[in-house]
Order: sequence, then structure tokens, then C-alpha cells
Amino acid sequence: MTTDELIWRIAGGSGDGIASTSQNFAKALMRSGLHVFTHRHYPSRIRGGHTYTEVRVSADPIRSRGDGYNFLLALGDSFARNPKEGAYYGNEEVKPLAENLDDLRDGGVIVYDSGLLDTDDIPDFDERVEEHGWHVYDIDLRSIAREHGREVMRNTAGVAVTCAIAGIEPQAIKSLMDDTMPEKVFEPNMSVFDDAYDVVTEEYDADAPDVSVPTGSHDEEQVLISGSDAIAYGALDEGCRFIAGYPMTPWTEVFTIMSQNLPEVGGISEQVEDEIAAAALAIGASHAGVKAMSGSSGGGFALMSEPLGLAEMTETPVVLIEAMRAGPSTGMPTKTEQGDLEHVLYTSQGDSHRVVFAPADAEEAYRQTRRAFRIAYEYQLPSIILYDQKNGGELQNVPASVFDEEPNPDLGSVLTEAELADAPHDASGKFNRFQYDVEGDVSPRSIPGQEGGRYLATGNEHMPAGHISEDPENRVNQVNRRMSKMDTIRKELDGDDGERNFHYGPADADYGIMTFGSQQGTAAEAVDTLNEAGESVKLLGVSELAPYPVDEVAGFIESVEEVLVVEMNASAQFRGLTQKELGRFGEKLSSLLKYNGNPFEPGEIVEGFRTSIVEDGTLPGHETKFVPAAGD
Amino acid sequence: MSTFSAIGEDVERDRNEYTPGLEPQPTWCPGCGDFGVLKALKGAAAELGLSPEEMLVCTGIGCSGKLNSYFESYGFHTIHGRSLPIARAAKLANPGLTVVAAGGDGDGYGIGGNHFAHSARENHDMTYIVFNNEIFGLTKGQTSPTSPKGHKSKTQPHGSAKDPIRPLSQSLTAGASYIARTAAVNPNQAKDIIVEAIEHDGFSHIDFLTQCPTWNKDAKQYVPYIDINDSDDYEFDRTDRSEASEMMYETETVLHEGTVLTGRYYVDEERPSYTQEKQAIGEMPDEPLAERYFDDDYEWERVYDTFLDRHK
Repeated sequence: MTTDELIWRIAGGSGDGIASTSQNFAKALMRSGLHVFTHRHYPSRIRGGHTYTEVRVSADPIRSRGDGYNFLLALGDSFARNPKEGAYYGNEEVKPLAENLDDLRDGGVIVYDSGLLDTDDIPDFDERVEEHGWHVYDIDLRSIAREHGREVMRNTAGVAVTCAIAGIEPQAIKSLMDDTMPEKVFEPNMSVFDDAYDVVTEEYDADAPDVSVPTGSHDEEQVLISGSDAIAYGALDEGCRFIAGYPMTPWTEVFTIMSQNLPEVGGISEQVEDEIAAAALAIGASHAGVKAMSGSSGGGFALMSEPLGLAEMTETPVVLIEAMRAGPSTGMPTKTEQGDLEHVLYTSQGDSHRVVFAPADAEEAYRQTRRAFRIAYEYQLPSIILYDQKNGGELQNVPASVFDEEPNPDLGSVLTEAELADAPHDASGKFNRFQYDVEGDVSPRSIPGQEGGRYLATGNEHMPAGHISEDPENRVNQVNRRMSKMDTIRKELDGDDGERNFHYGPADADYGIMTFGSQQGTAAEAVDTLNEAGESVKLLGVSELAPYPVDEVAGFIESVEEVLVVEMNASAQFRGLTQKELGRFGEKLSSLLKYNGNPFEPGEIVEGFRTSIVEDGTLPGHETKFVPAAGD
Repeated sequence: MSTFSAIGEDVERDRNEYTPGLEPQPTWCPGCGDFGVLKALKGAAAELGLSPEEMLVCTGIGCSGKLNSYFESYGFHTIHGRSLPIARAAKLANPGLTVVAAGGDGDGYGIGGNHFAHSARENHDMTYIVFNNEIFGLTKGQTSPTSPKGHKSKTQPHGSAKDPIRPLSQSLTAGASYIARTAAVNPNQAKDIIVEAIEHDGFSHIDFLTQCPTWNKDAKQYVPYIDINDSDDYEFDRTDRSEASEMMYETETVLHEGTVLTGRYYVDEERPSYTQEKQAIGEMPDEPLAERYFDDDYEWERVYDTFLDRHK
């Protein structure tokens, strides 16, 4: 077992406190100067069922969950249902141990709660332990927890055992528990911790494995943040004070964070009857002069197709969030996928248009959410943040200074009443809110209640003051004006150098890897591994999808011999978008796809690149090559 | 001075002030009941002295959806059945606005039925006018949720097998705090009811019977009506939920047998509006949220100062 990094997996039953325990563990290690990155895996049920969280710890910055893991803490599922013989979902009682063995690296450590788990129920357990050189600690965590507190505290016992084995200074964990627990809970937890810690040091000292956690330090203050946190905070800093939503996994996280924080800053959160209403409320609030957002996951976003088009036609700014999970239909509610790309790009009728961002990590999520609001309000159209279950739930350390930004309450192109008095009106006294002969093609708007600003907003085609009209000349003028805003936005996003997305690896590399959204960090680690092994590869991670960065992507593809496009869906949607937008290069692109519900690990991209590019580099790109993923 | 200086103006007004200067020729058929709604709304707005710019009229799709094309105010012509969620949010964003939502019986009781139930439940302070002509008009005469059982149309050639919706009873069950029925053939009563509804602090639902001379010549809107509040034959306490409920049930049962009853069916002045409820639990600011974006002196909180400690 290497000592330069620890990937600690805590497994148990859903509802057993796996998420909170791992979060505290990660935060304690971050405080001690390390870089951390977590990965969640959970079932679609309330209590019970196999769940785990990985915490990867390193002295150097980390971009992904890594390959496999090397330390298992198997707690047992306290809600396991004692299934009948031959139940299709298997023996749930032993899953926290049995389900996790495939990914455990050779030489790794297994700690399991012998109070709840019996290795006799796991076929070939002893043989596998011997074959892989695993170090096994069977400790009755449940009894230790019961003795000093309550059974639920076996989490604490497990963390203590981890500290003892991996050489983690207990004080970091203890002080964090002190911060987060009420005193009457904290005291018994400390007793449980000390007792469990002593069991290891007293009984297992002799055959301690070579495992220790690295030491590190941060140059500046860090915060432990998920993608969902970052999206919510980006919205708040951009002056968003209204959210409407309906719960759906995994979007619920952003909705929850916003709902809990908005009252503190005088904002409004509304949980409403369905997703059509949710998006419509966001539009209504925005129309009335408030920065507003809504969102959902695939199925709920499908319902938003209708209000999305209304926002485009009425030029009402709004930000919508789409948190992807495996589809189609309800798919796999708690498993990740990038299969909603085309759904988000093309949903809604007519020549519709919207801006789409796909942040790769928490830092990008914060910045891009702010940009999404700014563009939505400046250009009066919908912006969409497309992310997925993976980066929504991953926790990672981010410098606190990333959030040290000024708030922006600017509503964009809204006139004051004084300006409205001088603005063009039609003969009926209505404000020409949809003027088509305006600079930049953005016609300034008014807010209901403003003197001199009354107009009709309508989803029908309309004249400058909003009167419904099917006049052909006006129609063409209005369509041209609305569509041309996308060109302006493209120029703004491209900036001066045209490099608006994530470029990584040697600029003169022979081959390329392209990906979008949440797979960017994983692909970057794969690129490192490949280049260290003598290949010549660079990465383009696209996280601004519409308007598409045509020139930037074309330049990247032109500069290499072949490109492997990596994405988490079965129909190569991102590669298809690239070919559609560029209109060429089809023969240079091939696909690496994964759609089993789990994100790529860096090693899978390395393997996919070797199979597809190195060993068979001459195959025409239009044939999608799929490298099946093993295990998770 | 407020950013929204049109709000709260108290000026004597003429109903013609709500007629667009560039009057678009209404696309409603001659004799359409929708003219009656427009006239009543103008009369009510004038009586209340509302500035056209402090009013937001949100409509759905269908003939009723054209209301705000012919009524001078801020308007939002939305999508089929969706006037309510848009209107609700505008009211939450700026409680100073006078918000009126309108839709047809298909729009309001069919495709938008879910929003109707929930808007009533939440008791948003707004007025909801449903143009009820018992037919889909703009799509040329299909059976609607309020069409009587047995109603034949091109899409129900053997006659509808469904009992019609009972909008008043549904509204009461859902939680509306002001419920009335009026008719285009009685513009004075209609205007008075709209005035009361706008003044009422809560969700006011008006089932507005509008005749459709083109597609539904048999509808009840053509038969004589009686104002229940002016008739000794129909005495009941309209603040009493169960008496109101009984009255509604009777009305909605005998409706097609001769007489149409109109008037105020239920008024609950005690129930706080949604805005008041939200403010009471600290989930809504006391000042209109929309004002804040125009206030140069307002200090906007930063995440860095307000929320980041919990992540350290």
C-alpha cells in the first residue's frame, strides 16, 4: 500500500450516517493541511441498502476520486432486511463488506464491524484476503459504541480505528466533532473514540500494515464545498433572491441549500406543485424585477420545456439548473450520467435558444453560475447550468478566496422611470419593450409598477410594444434580433484569445482527449498518467456548451492526429454536438462511453485511450468505440 | 421615492384609461361574453382608482388569453393554463402590484387545474377570473371540463360521458377565501364582484359565465339568472363554509335545468393571505423584494461573510 495517498471508503446502510461521518472526516483532514475529494454512492431508498462514501486524501491537489481505493471501513447495514433465500437483491446484511471488495487495491486495509458482519456469509472471503494481501481488522465496533453511548456511534468507533491504523492525529477529528456536536452527544462519542482507538493500538500493533496518511499544508484558507453548494453560493452572490422548485434527486441539493439560506438574506423560496409551476414562478418573479432561478433533474426539466420557451419568447431572464442522473424516464435516481445534454440543448419548440454551462468542479460551478446569471439578465434569455449527480455531491477543498467576490445585484438592461420617460413608446402609450432596431439587439425592459413602462409580454410573436402580431416583416425582425443575441454572447464568452475552456497537457501533443462537464478532472488525471507513461496527449474540457466554442474546439482538433471523446452516456451526445457544430472532423473523433451509473475513474480513460487510439489508431472515428467498464 | 411610483397612486379614473390608445380590434366574435369581462374589469379598475401601471394582468391561452391585449396595464400573456404560477410569483416579488390572473374553463380547470388548486390552497392575494363558456372556443368548439354530460362535439361525437367540473365546490375545497360566480350578461354585478375580489386580501376566484355565440349556443349563460345575494329565496351565510358548500352544490347540480344563480358564495375575511403567512414565519421580507434591486444604499450580503464559516 502506497503511503502518498489514502482513499478511505466508509460503507454501511443508507441512513446509518455514512455521509455526515465522511464529511467530518474529510473536513478534519482538510483542516490538517491536506487536499480532499469525496465520492458518494447511494441507493434510491430512505433507510438501508448499500451506500458508501470515499474520501481521497493527498498532499497534492486532487481532481477526481482516483482509481479504486485502499482502506475500507465496513460498518454493517443496521436496516438490513434479512432477505429470503435467493432474493434478487442479495444478502443485504453483508453488502457493506461484500459489495466493496472488487475495487479494493492489493495490500489494502479492511476494518469491519464484527458485531454486525460475519465473513462466513461472504463466499471465498479468506481466499481473496490472502490473494490480495489485504490487512483485516475484525473489531466489534457495535459493542464499543453500545458500551459508552448508543449503537449509532459505531461510526465514531470506526473513525477512531481508522486514525489508529493510518496514523492520523486524533485531535483533528476530535476538535471537529466538538465543533459539530452538542455536549451531551460529544462526551459519549469521545469515550467511544478513545476505546476503539485503544483496541487497535493494544491488540493489533504487532502486524500493523504500512499505511499512513501524508502530511501537507495549505498556502491559504480552504473550505470544503460540493458542486451543489457552489451553485447555490454563485446564485446568492449574483443577487438571486428567489427560487421555486419541486424536489427531485439530485437537483434537490441545490434547492435545499437555497431554501435554507434565502430567508437569512431576505429572499424567497417556494416549493410548488410541479416543475412547470416552478419554472413559471421563476419567470414571474424575474418579470417583476427579482433575480430568480429554478431547476430540476431530467424528468422534471422535461416539464420545464414549456416555460423555458416562454422565457425565450418573452425575453425574460431566468437561470435553470439541470442536475443529470441516469435516464431515460426515471432511470436510476441516485446514479450519475451525462445523458441530458441534448435534452437541455434542444428542448422546447421553434427556433429556441439558451445559454448552457456545464461546470466541471465546485470552483467552476461557482463562477459559471455567476456568469449564467449575468448573461441571462444582460441578454434577457434563459441560462442553464447542466451538471450531474457526481459533481453535485462531491466534496472538495477549494480556497476560500474563490468566494471572496463582490455581490452583483445588477438586473441588466432595465430602465429607470426617468429613462422610461424618454424611451420610445407606441401610439397607444405602451413602452416599446421589444424594439428591434437597437444596438446589440438587446431591447431594454421595464418592470411592472414602473411609471411609463407598461407593455404586454407574450409567448406569441409580437410587435415592439408587445401586441400580438403575425406580420411577416415584424416576425423576421424579431427572430433575427433574438437569435443574434447568441452571436454577441459567443463573442463575449470567446474573449480576446478564444480560449474559454480548460486546456491541459502539452500544447504540441500528438493526440487529444475531449470531455465536458464533470469528467474533466478525471480526464486530466488520465492525461497525466498517459504522458508519464510516454504517450503524447492533451485535454480539452469543455464546460461552456452553448453557444458552442466552435473556433476553440476546431483549433484543438486540428492540432492533433486523433481525439478520444469521453462522456457518460451511450449515444455519444457530446461528440455528436461537436460534429454538428463544427461540420467536419468526424473521422478524427472516437468515443469512450460509460453509462452504468458510475463516473469514470482515471484508469478507465487511460485504458480506453490505449485501446482506441494506441492499439487501433486508424479506425474511422464515426464508429463509436465503447470500452466496457468493470465493476463500478 | 419608490422605484415603482405607479403603485399606490390614488387618482380618480375613467374606465377609458384602460382602453389601449391604439385600440386593437378584438378578435372575439360579435356577441362574445368576453366583452363583458373586459368591460367589468375596466369598470372595477376605474372604481378602485388603480393606475394601469400598478396592475399586472396575467392570462393563459385561448380567447380569454386575449384579455390583456385589450386592457391597458402591464400584461403577461403566458402559456396554456400557466397564468397562475407566473402571477403568484410576481405578487411575491412585488406585493404592491395589483395582480389579476385570467383564463378559460379549459385553461383554468383543465390544463391548469393543478395550479388552480394550489394557488387557492396557498391563498395568494390575487384575483383569478375564469371565463367559463363550457366550451373550447379558439380551437373551434371541443368539449371542455365544464361542458355538461352528454355534450356532443367533434372530439366527443357520442356525447361526453363525464360529469362537468364543479368549479365553485372545487375552489372551496382547495381553499380560496373569496368565491363568486357572475355572468357577462350582468355587467354591473360583475364589476361589483371584481371590485370586491381585488380588495379582498386573499385568493379570490370568480367563475365568470361567458356566452359563446359561435360554438355553444345551448350553454346556460343564455338562460335567466338570479343574484342569490339579492333574493330572499336563497338566504344563507356566505361566511359559513358548510352553508356555502351546500349552496354551491345545489347551484352546480340544478344549473342546467333553468335558472342560473350568480353572486358571492363564500367570503373568508379572517384567513391571512399567503404573503402574511410567509412574512410571519420569516420567509419573506417586509419590503417588496423587487424594490431592493433599485436601492443603491442596500447592502448586499456576500456568501464569503455570511455562509462560508460552516465549510471551514
